[in-house]
Amino acid sequence: MNTPTIMKQSRWVPWLYLAPALLVMAVFVLYPMFNTFVLSFMDKTGTQSAAVSCVAGQPCWGSFENYRYALTNPEMLQALRNNALWLLLMVPGTVITGLLFAVLADRVRYEALAKAIIFMPMAISFVGAGIIWRFVYYIETGSGQQIGLLNAVLVAFGGQPVAWLSNPAFNNFALMIVGVWLWAGFCMTILSAALKSVPAEILEAARVDGAREVEVFFQIMLPIIMPTILVVTTTMVINVLKIFDIVFVLTGGNFGTEVIANRMFKLIVTDTGRSMAIAVLLVLLTIPVLIFNVNRFRQQEASR
Amino acid sequence: MKPFQRLNRIFNHLPVHLALILMCVAWVLPTMGLFVTSFRNSEDVRTTGWWTALAARQTPGEPEYTTYCASCHGADGKALPAADLSDPTLIEKYPRSNRLLAMLRKEINGQPHLTDPALPENPNEALEKLSPILTYMQDFSGSSQDQSRFTLRNYADALVGYKGTQNYLTDCEQGVESALSKFKCTAADLLNPEGMGRAFVNSLLVAVPSTLLPILLAAFAAYAFAWMDFKGRMWLFALLVGLQIVPLQMTLVPIARMYVSLGMEGSFIGIWLFHTGFGLPYAIYLLRNYLSGLPKEVFESVYLDGANHWTAFWQLAIPLATPAIASLAIFQFLWIWNDFLVAKIFLSNNPVLTVQITNLIDPRGGNWHILTGAAFLSFLVPMIVFFGFQRYFVRGMLAGSVKG
Repeated sequence: MNTPTIMKQSRWVPWLYLAPALLVMAVFVLYPMFNTFVLSFMDKTGTQSAAVSCVAGQPCWGSFENYRYALTNPEMLQALRNNALWLLLMVPGTVITGLLFAVLADRVRYEALAKAIIFMPMAISFVGAGIIWRFVYYIETGSGQQIGLLNAVLVAFGGQPVAWLSNPAFNNFALMIVGVWLWAGFCMTILSAALKSVPAEILEAARVDGAREVEVFFQIMLPIIMPTILVVTTTMVINVLKIFDIVFVLTGGNFGTEVIANRMFKLIVTDTGRSMAIAVLLVLLTIPVLIFNVNRFRQQEASR
Repeated sequence: MKPFQRLNRIFNHLPVHLALILMCVAWVLPTMGLFVTSFRNSEDVRTTGWWTALAARQTPGEPEYTTYCASCHGADGKALPAADLSDPTLIEKYPRSNRLLAMLRKEINGQPHLTDPALPENPNEALEKLSPILTYMQDFSGSSQDQSRFTLRNYADALVGYKGTQNYLTDCEQGVESALSKFKCTAADLLNPEGMGRAFVNSLLVAVPSTLLPILLAAFAAYAFAWMDFKGRMWLFALLVGLQIVPLQMTLVPIARMYVSLGMEGSFIGIWLFHTGFGLPYAIYLLRNYLSGLPKEVFESVYLDGANHWTAFWQLAIPLATPAIASLAIFQFLWIWNDFLVAKIFLSNNPVLTVQITNLIDPRGGNWHILTGAAFLSFLVPMIVFFGFQRYFVRGMLAGSVKG
C-alpha cells in the first residue's frame, strides 16, 4: 500500500473522508453486533438475564440459557443437522456443477448464450426462485391432472405423484437442488475466468506430450485453479450457513427442513434472547471463513 | 478445413454439445414454466400443465358435467325446458361457482337437486367440481367472457392484488360483489396496498437511495484507503474485509429496537440506513481495490500540478472509477431489489415486491395464475439490468468475494 509521497496532508484529512462511512458502520453494524451479543444473554423480551427462564428441576445453563436452547433443543438440532447436510452436499454439488459448466462452455461457440442461461437465476430474487420451484414441485392431491412439471413427468412414466416438499425422505434434497440451480452460475462465472487465465502454452505442451484431455484437466488445469475453487467454496459455505429465503418460501422450515437462519427469524418477535443466541451461533460458524478471507487478503497485499 | 475434418470435429464434440444443451434446457425449464403460466387463461392453469399450452385443448368441465348434470339436463343442456342450460341469460345468473353451489344445495320440488351422484359435502370439494362445470356451461351457452388461450389478465390480478377465483378484470366487467367491496375497478386499484403495483413503487423507493447512499460514502472512504496515508490503515481495512461476511441476522434486532425507540419503525429512511451500513464494507473494499490499482503516476502528476485531495477525488478518482462504480451500483441495486428478510422486518407495512409475493402465496396452491404473474413482475427490472449490463455484473462479481 504505497501512496504518493508528494501529497502530504494534515493528519486529520483522511479521517474527514472516512468519517461518514465509519460513522454509519459503527452505528448500523458494529454497535448492533455488540448489542446482539448482549441480548443473547437476556430473556424473551431482552430486559433481564436469560437465567430467569430456567425452570427448577430442569437443565439450566444460567446466563447461557439461550445457548442451551440453541445447542440442545430438538428443533435447533434438526436445523444444525440440515445446515450440515447443505454444507456437505449442496456446496460441493454447486461448485462441481459450476466447474462442469465452465469447462463445457469453454469448448463451444455459443459459450456466451449458455453462460447467460446458467447465470440468469442469480439475477432474480430467491423468493421468485422459490415460486418457480414451488410450481415445479407442486403436487395435485385431488383428482385433477398434475400441473407441476416433476410430478407430471413421473405420472407420464407410470409412477405415482410425490409430495416433494413435504416428504421428509427427499424434501431437503429438493431444496438443495433449488440452491444448486441458483448458485451454479456464480461458481461457473468465477471458475470460468480462472480457467481462461491458465496459460495456453502449458496446455498445448501437455497435449503434444500425448496427455489425454482428462489428464490435462485433472493434472494441469485443476491444480492451477485450485486457489479459485477454494475462494468459491468458502463463499458458498457462507451462503449456505445463511440460507433462508429458499426454505422460507418453499417449506417454511416445516416437514424436517428447518435451517438455522429460519429458526432465528421465527423467534425474532416471540423470543429475542434465543433468536439472538442463534444469530451469534451463526457468526461463530462463519469465523473460520472470516479468518481465511483476512489471511488471503493479507497475502494479496503482501504480493502487491 | 476439409469437410471430412469438420465433420470429425463436430462428432468428437458431440458429447460436449449434448451435455451442455441438456443442462441448459434443465436450467431454463423451471423459469419457462412460470413465464408461460403467467400468460395462460386461469382455468387452463388450474386444470392442465403449462407444457400443454399449445396442444389441442380438451374441453374443461365436460367429464364433470356428464357425471353430475347430463342425466337430467341432457348432454346439450336442453332436456328440461324449464331449466335450459344452453340459455345464456340463465347461466349469467351464476357468475361464480359458489352461487351455483348455493342454488344446488336448495331442494327442488321437495327433493335434493343432485342425488345421483350427490355433490361432496365439503364446500371446497364441491366448488372444485362445480368450477369446471360452470366453465363448461358458460362455454356452450355462449356467455363465457374470456376463453382465449393466452391473456394478460393474470398480470392485472397481480398488479392490483386480486385473489378471486376469476380474473379481476372479468369480475369487474361482470360486477361481481366481492370485486366491488374492496376494489373500485378504476386505475386507483393499482395502488392497493396488497397489490404488486404498489409493491413495485415501494421497491423502487427502497432500492434507489439504498444504492446511491452507500456508494457515495464508500467512494470517499475508498479514496482515503487508496491514496492517503494514515495510522491504522491496514488494520482498519482488514476489519472491513472481515465485516463483509457478517450475516445480516446479527444486526437486525438491535436496529429494529433502535428505530422503535426513535419512532422510526417502518420508515423508508430506516431501511436506507440499514442497507447503507450493511453495504459499505463490500463497497469500500471493491472501490479501494480498484482505485489503488490505478497508476500512481497519474495521481502524482495532478498533485504536482497543485491539486488537493478534494479536486483529485472529484476530477480524477471518480471519473476513472466509473466502471467499478457501475458494477457496484448494479450489484447493490439487485441485492436490495431481491432482498426479502430486511424488507420483511423493517417495512412489513409497506411491502416491497418480494414480501408481497409471499403474501400472495396460497398454501393450498390454488392461485398459480396470480403468483406466476406476480413473480414475473418482480423479475422485470432484474432481467433488464442483467441483460443490459451483464458485463458490469460479471466484472463486479470477479472483483471481490460476494457479500451476503
